[in-house]
Amino acid sequence: MGRGNSSLTQPKNQERVAALEVAGLTHDFGSTRALDDVALTIHPGDFMVLLGQNGAGKTTLYSLVTRLYNNRSGFIKIFGYDMRRKSSQALARIGVIFQQPTLDLDLTVEQNLHYHAALHGISRSQAQERLEEELNRGSLINRSNHKVRQLSGGQRRRVEISRALMHRPKMLLLDEPTVGLDIGSRQDILDHVRGLCREDGLAVLWATHLIDEIDKGEQVVVLHEGKVLATGSVDEVCKLAGTATIREAFTTLVRREPEE
Amino acid sequence: MTFVQYFRCFVGIVWREGLRFVHQRERFLSAMVRPLVWLFIFAAGFRSVLGVSIIPPYETYITYEVYIAPGLMAMIQLFNGMQSSLSMVYDREMGSMRTLLVSPLPRWFLLVCKLLAGVAVSVIQVYAFLLIAWFWDIQPPLIGLLTVLPALILSGLMMGALGMFLSSAIKQLENFAGIMNFVIFPMFFASSSLYPLWKMKESSLLLHNICWANPFTHAVELIRFAFYGQINWLSLSYVVIATGVFLGLAIYGYDPGRRLITRKAGA
Repeated sequence: MGRGNSSLTQPKNQERVAALEVAGLTHDFGSTRALDDVALTIHPGDFMVLLGQNGAGKTTLYSLVTRLYNNRSGFIKIFGYDMRRKSSQALARIGVIFQQPTLDLDLTVEQNLHYHAALHGISRSQAQERLEEELNRGSLINRSNHKVRQLSGGQRRRVEISRALMHRPKMLLLDEPTVGLDIGSRQDILDHVRGLCREDGLAVLWATHLIDEIDKGEQVVVLHEGKVLATGSVDEVCKLAGTATIREAFTTLVRREPEE
Repeated sequence: MTFVQYFRCFVGIVWREGLRFVHQRERFLSAMVRPLVWLFIFAAGFRSVLGVSIIPPYETYITYEVYIAPGLMAMIQLFNGMQSSLSMVYDREMGSMRTLLVSPLPRWFLLVCKLLAGVAVSVIQVYAFLLIAWFWDIQPPLIGLLTVLPALILSGLMMGALGMFLSSAIKQLENFAGIMNFVIFPMFFASSSLYPLWKMKESSLLLHNICWANPFTHAVELIRFAFYGQINWLSLSYVVIATGVFLGLAIYGYDPGRRLITRKAGA
């Protein structure tokens, strides 16, 4: 990747800047290589699926993109802001839904959202306004005073999505958000996030190991053992693999990759 | 980020810790029962065994209960510091620590807020203990109840920072028994909380020196003197330095560029 030294200054024209740009990203845990020269780009309004089996490196990638720890090679830019040098600006522009549930079960939905708003320095009155708006959008407004413990798995996920939108991010990062949910709730969450992407022009990175969560026309990144095997639209990835469906393409690409 | 945003973030973190505290009544109850058992039972049993001579800040003969009260106040804070560190490990596994860490505010600031929130909870617990202890003849001069506050804030910070550092450095903190055996018991018993250091010196000089070097001893002495409206400058300096060191280590432990957090998250 030859772009590692490119300028880190603020973007002049937001519209032309990628929502997320990752290049040359390699990460090791001891002697295990978790990510190997990963590169991907998401534009505003894109719904990109990060497809990979368990252990492919998806969670490591999310940990780096959300700065749980720093990348040691390559770069991660969010709307042009380098995650290492301009982490505050970069983090302010993303909303994250982690794989594990992260709500306080004993607090109410509203209290959880207020806490998140405070972490972003949003005033109480503005938080209340946005909270009502987001909960309305997530069809959860009548649950705002319920404790999270009383909600179903699907509802909790929707609360997490509402929470992630409280600070008006321009990109949503979701790490296997449908794990453990029944088919109905899964579809519900997918439709909800696709709607956000369409209506608000949010960029979305959706990590999953479930191939049936990919729709035609969406962008796909296939990650396997820390390497990006293919990236592009569903059609492009199928063409690259020489298959008719994305399911076959994934199997073919993964098999093609020689085992070490 | 403006000052107002920093302030809102601070208030939000303290407010959440307060809500959690209110919801965890059993935690509050056990935080109360523990020192009260020591005060009501242990101190009564040892009252006749241990004679405490007049040493500063006391100006007259005191009962053993009065002597150990500051140690018990510090014990509440020690448990609280360790419990909140345990909850940080738990939080990180459950993911809510990650919610905190993706805030755009600087990480050191978030950790300090979390620490102060824990201190606020521990100070409330100490005053609740003092209220009950008042009826057990632990009655300092009224001004002492006020002057002890800064000492409690400082010692709470020290123990919270120690707990926070441990939570970043130790992989297996889930087991509270381990913390009891390796941190709480040694710190509590090798200190001046239950016996004055000169008594320890009579038994063993080495033990006396260990007790003297123990930061917990100085937290106890700082509280003891402040409880009677006095300042123990040596202990104050010791606690300030120890707090600085522990806090530095904790921030280092949670630094995104350091190995500690990377190693743990990858494990």
